[in-house]
Amino acid sequence: MDKIIEFTSKTVVLAVNDIDTDQIIPARFLTVTTKDGLGDGLFTDWRFDEAGNKIKDFPLNQKKSDGCSILVTGSNFGCGSSREHAPWALVDYGFKAILSTSFADIFRNNALKNGLLPLTVSEDFHRMLIDNEGIQVTISLETMCIQSSNGVRENFELEHFSRYCLMNGIDQLGFILNHEDQINAYENKG
Amino acid sequence: MNKSGKTLFEKVWEDHLVVEETQETPAILYIDLHLIHEVTTPQAFQSLRDQGLPVRAPNKVLATMDHSTPTLPIRSIRDLDIVVEKGPADQIRDMIRNCEEFGIELFGFDSDKRGIVHVIGPELGATQPGKTIVCGDSHTSTHGAFGALAFGIGTTEVGHVLASQCLLQRKPKTFAVNMNGTLNPGVTAKDIILKIIQQTGVGGGVGHVIEYRGSTAGSLSLEERMTICNMSIEAGARAGMFAPDDKTFEYLIDKPMSPKGSDWDQAIEKWSQLFTDEHADFDNEISVDVGRLTPMVTYGTNPGMAIQIDDIVPEENGDLGYRQSLNYMQIEAGKPILGKDIDVVFIGSCTNSRISDLQDAAEIFKDRKVSHGVKALIVPGSQAVKKEAENLGLDKIFESAGAEWRESGCSMCLGMNGDTVGNGKLAVSTSNRNFEGRQGKGARTILASPKTAAASAIAGSVEDPRKYS
Repeated sequence: MDKIIEFTSKTVVLAVNDIDTDQIIPARFLTVTTKDGLGDGLFTDWRFDEAGNKIKDFPLNQKKSDGCSILVTGSNFGCGSSREHAPWALVDYGFKAILSTSFADIFRNNALKNGLLPLTVSEDFHRMLIDNEGIQVTISLETMCIQSSNGVRENFELEHFSRYCLMNGIDQLGFILNHEDQINAYENKG
Repeated sequence: MNKSGKTLFEKVWEDHLVVEETQETPAILYIDLHLIHEVTTPQAFQSLRDQGLPVRAPNKVLATMDHSTPTLPIRSIRDLDIVVEKGPADQIRDMIRNCEEFGIELFGFDSDKRGIVHVIGPELGATQPGKTIVCGDSHTSTHGAFGALAFGIGTTEVGHVLASQCLLQRKPKTFAVNMNGTLNPGVTAKDIILKIIQQTGVGGGVGHVIEYRGSTAGSLSLEERMTICNMSIEAGARAGMFAPDDKTFEYLIDKPMSPKGSDWDQAIEKWSQLFTDEHADFDNEISVDVGRLTPMVTYGTNPGMAIQIDDIVPEENGDLGYRQSLNYMQIEAGKPILGKDIDVVFIGSCTNSRISDLQDAAEIFKDRKVSHGVKALIVPGSQAVKKEAENLGLDKIFESAGAEWRESGCSMCLGMNGDTVGNGKLAVSTSNRNFEGRQGKGARTILASPKTAAASAIAGSVEDPRKYS
């Protein structure tokens, strides 16, 4: 996994609460056995019409969102199914961070294991992002801060362990397997 | 605050700590039972293969196929391509290969133990009080009905559990849902949980483990408890739990994988300690007056958008996207849901596909006909439920009413196997999610109990089941 320290991007806004993982990637895209190419299915029923043409009004389809790697969404993003295909699809499409006022638990866990930052921001900062769609922001794991190009700055929280793994590109399984002795001891105590 | 007691959740959590959490690192939690299915495991097995890792404890893995599987009968795996498309068929074959390679017993097509993973765990007795249970499926919360700590995980975590039998976790908060009163006729456990989610909202339980308590709790059957725990995730909760009691033990005794002989006696002794101590505190709490409940239905595109069946759709719920949701559903604010014409009825899913659910539906279908133009699909939760239903003659009741009776599986709950509602069509479904397109592209879903679904199939429109009782 690549190390993540700091990155800058314009933002794209989907101002809808409770966006579930069935919207992020519908079940019909889940009949795969690899992680490849899932970006094609990202928000597919919101991006494309019946004939398969792009729906012009949809934020991700607008020219100004080309190359955006930061998505701003409504609260409780990623609720519903545990499918890790949701963060896989977001990453494959090119997203590196989701900014919201809250996230569903399983989605948040899954995102952090795939180098996708699910960052919880304050209501005020969230409102600013929605009111200034497209604004450029810099996210730094070093300083734990989001700096927007209009000068507004927001600190965020991220638990130490996840931050350490993301900044060093470490897979979390290694940490568990380093506790082999303790696992054996637990199993043997019956 | 008096914090001398422990909650049920805390007892199970503490019993499974391999390494305690610190400020810097999450806890390493031991997992007793890992349920796996074909959709959320292929990439996890590949990751083990890439790293040259074995499955640590194949005997703690319960494997079946449910999501992509056809509900039309197939005689052998060679027939798979006739009934499902290439994607699901390949995924099923991949599952068979992975289980063979890693030494995991698979309840596949030739097994009478096959079924929806959250239905077979309990019916085999693999689900037990005090266990930690995970699965790459959010409805793993179902197993909390037995006093287990059970929750859904992602595929990366499936890989972690396969390789280490452990999971990295931060300790969740606790949430008490106090249920008081007795269910009225025509009202079911599904209506209780829809009411709870309406109250908490779909994000209200985020970061919490719910314990369902109060005078109603002990009166509910295990199947009713499973329906309630199943949809804990729809309130955003990590898991839902009921304290085990005599009903739990009665359910589990003599199940194939339950402890036997003196092991059973020891188990009962241990399980009997699994309750929330008198002076334990919860981080959050709500109450539900079960005695005042009526049948519930959803009107929008998440399970929190629910109303009493004879109520009108609210003008606003304060959510970003509320209007978009109603537009998608083609449902108008200020109007009733009752009497709205429907196209499809689905009775099934890990929420409502057990024998008592099918009996509830059969009571209404008996000597009546599915309304002309309505497609009614009834999918048992497992091959064992199917057999039991057939022994009771329920299949005959369904078929003579004009409903379709199928093989077990997840089926139309998420439409992965080709069982879909149809673009633009409106369904009354006993499943758990009414998200846009959840039951197939363009599908519109009203969630309800098996009784309400059956009544609606007969009426051809959203109908109050109390009319038929």
